[in-house]
Amino acid sequence: MIKFLIKGLLRDKHRSRLPLIVVAIGVMLTVLMTTWITGVLGDSINLNAKLATGHVKVITRAYRESMDQIPIDLSLTGTQALISELKKDYPTASWVERIQFGGLLDVPDENGETKSQGPFAGFGIDLFDPDSGEAERLNLSNILVKGKLPSVAGEILVSHSFAEKLGINMNDKVTFIGSTMYGGMTIVNFTVAGTIRYGIAALDRGSVIMDISDARKALDMEDACNEILGFTAVDYYDDTKATELMTSFNNENSSGNDQFAPVMIRLRDQNDLGGLIDMMSGVVGIVSFIFILVLSVVLWNAGLVGGLRRYGEVGLRLAMGEEKGHIYGSMIAESVAVGLTGSVIGVAIGLLLSYLMQQKGLDFSSAMQNATMLLPGIFRTRITPEAWYIGFIPGIIATVLGTMLSGIGIYKRQTARLFKELQLQ
Amino acid sequence: MKTYIYLIIFLLTTPLFSQPSGKEILNLIDKNLTARTRIMTAKMIINGARGSRTIEFKTWAEGEDRAFTEYTNPAREKGTKMLKVEDKLWIFSPSTDRIIQITGQMLRQSVMGSDLSYEDMMEDPDLTSHYSASVVASDTVQDRKCWVLQLNALAEGEAYEVRKIWVDQERYVPLREELYGKSGKLLKRTQLSEVTRIQGRWFPMKIVYKDMLKAGDGTQFIIVTIKLDEIIPENTFSKASLK
Repeated sequence: MIKFLIKGLLRDKHRSRLPLIVVAIGVMLTVLMTTWITGVLGDSINLNAKLATGHVKVITRAYRESMDQIPIDLSLTGTQALISELKKDYPTASWVERIQFGGLLDVPDENGETKSQGPFAGFGIDLFDPDSGEAERLNLSNILVKGKLPSVAGEILVSHSFAEKLGINMNDKVTFIGSTMYGGMTIVNFTVAGTIRYGIAALDRGSVIMDISDARKALDMEDACNEILGFTAVDYYDDTKATELMTSFNNENSSGNDQFAPVMIRLRDQNDLGGLIDMMSGVVGIVSFIFILVLSVVLWNAGLVGGLRRYGEVGLRLAMGEEKGHIYGSMIAESVAVGLTGSVIGVAIGLLLSYLMQQKGLDFSSAMQNATMLLPGIFRTRITPEAWYIGFIPGIIATVLGTMLSGIGIYKRQTARLFKELQLQ
Repeated sequence: MKTYIYLIIFLLTTPLFSQPSGKEILNLIDKNLTARTRIMTAKMIINGARGSRTIEFKTWAEGEDRAFTEYTNPAREKGTKMLKVEDKLWIFSPSTDRIIQITGQMLRQSVMGSDLSYEDMMEDPDLTSHYSASVVASDTVQDRKCWVLQLNALAEGEAYEVRKIWVDQERYVPLREELYGKSGKLLKRTQLSEVTRIQGRWFPMKIVYKDMLKAGDGTQFIIVTIKLDEIIPENTFSKASLK
């Protein structure tokens, strides 16, 4: 029976061509949309994790309340002991100290007076210890535009467009002006070792990276930092693992009312990323649903057109005594074959295009000059295991649904009028 | 009978006529607080989230446009100098041997972690030329009868669009002040006390500033010594005096 149906589909191209094309296009778009959204959202989450949030983050209770303002006066103290404890209690995760701060960078003229200045977002990270993996985590070697990475105390990296705006050259002496952890004024000279370009407008506008030891000295933060970032063993954010880690740590450290006591938060609790994570997990279902809906309507329409064309054939089969249910069933079986074939073609093309976009990416950096969120400048797709089967869901369901809706007409045919109808033809 | 009616009306309206206008009160405040020159040593006690810090300094000021400050304590801040000439502000830090001009957003930043911004430090103390004033109520502050004045900025660009001040009705010294932004949000509150007679003027020797957008218990600004209308050498207000 199946062999017979497939032969029919192959020999009568009018019966299968249009639904096949529609299904293939729809499935291809489903695959592409899924890999695109997963890629873009996943990249944004990973980027945020590496640059700012970690998979989990340890801060003080008081810092948590006004985290958006990065209040370094509410930083953690005694961080060496805290890090050792974290490494001992949670050995599978890696833990790094970070100091995020703000300030003003002042560039002197030949007389030592202000030539230009601008505000920046500063990052104190462990650059000098190769075991910290921070330079790799922030991809610093690859985003270096000019100069070199800092190798001795007092050297900093400046975002390239910020350096150009202020007229900074390599090895120039610049002055940092800001506030210490205790609220005092701090003015410190640094040497510009290199410039970097993240491809993220929010950071490229004005940022500075220095070794955490330099940041500590400048901000009067001996054995202190405002954030300890934790990264679980896998390269992507696992909400379940992060939640387990956070619950365990916070249960251990929940006693007392000390506002400077450490508290752990997850990536999803920061920078409005919770919504992004929920969106990512729901995206496959949403995309499938939309395409099932759209494809069903299109295929229903195609089925109706096909039904008109096959009006005589159905009438003849009914006249020969074939049951309506059998004809309806055989048409659904045909649609399964069409749906399956269309899905295979659509998935193949969708995956191919996704692969190309995963490798090349689309550069949106110029369109995001004023972006304030941490978003990657180049958007890429990401092929996940789901991408291999997700297209089959709308591909087959929509074809069958479209045929079922258009095929209802079979049951409306009246046997008594069949011969008259056939005569007319 | 008619005479009595006129007398009653006169007695009832007399207090209204005796109340000075907002502008007159501002003029009297300015007479008290502004001087041709001021030389003072002072300290700021900053009550932050991690405890208190005391910063000591000496200031030389001439009129509204020129001021020079040298920080003398603690060690980390010692030797830092600030120079204000008209609307410009420079800072010298001995550790970097640099003279840095403070402009733009930086002017709104806190000075040494206190509740005062550079803008507050640079502010023209002459209120009359910057604000219109009206008396909106009377109140009692620190057991003294006060006029409550509402000041509205005469031009755009003032650090505070609206100010509400409680002025001692006898001494014409503000005892309390609330500073509002353009949106009408309360940004700062100050409490002035220890009003002392200095060279024929009434002067508040202690001011507590509270930045309402900041944690902590505010900053106490205490004047230790003050001399008014002394001669200050001209080179004090040059950039050369910073180094």
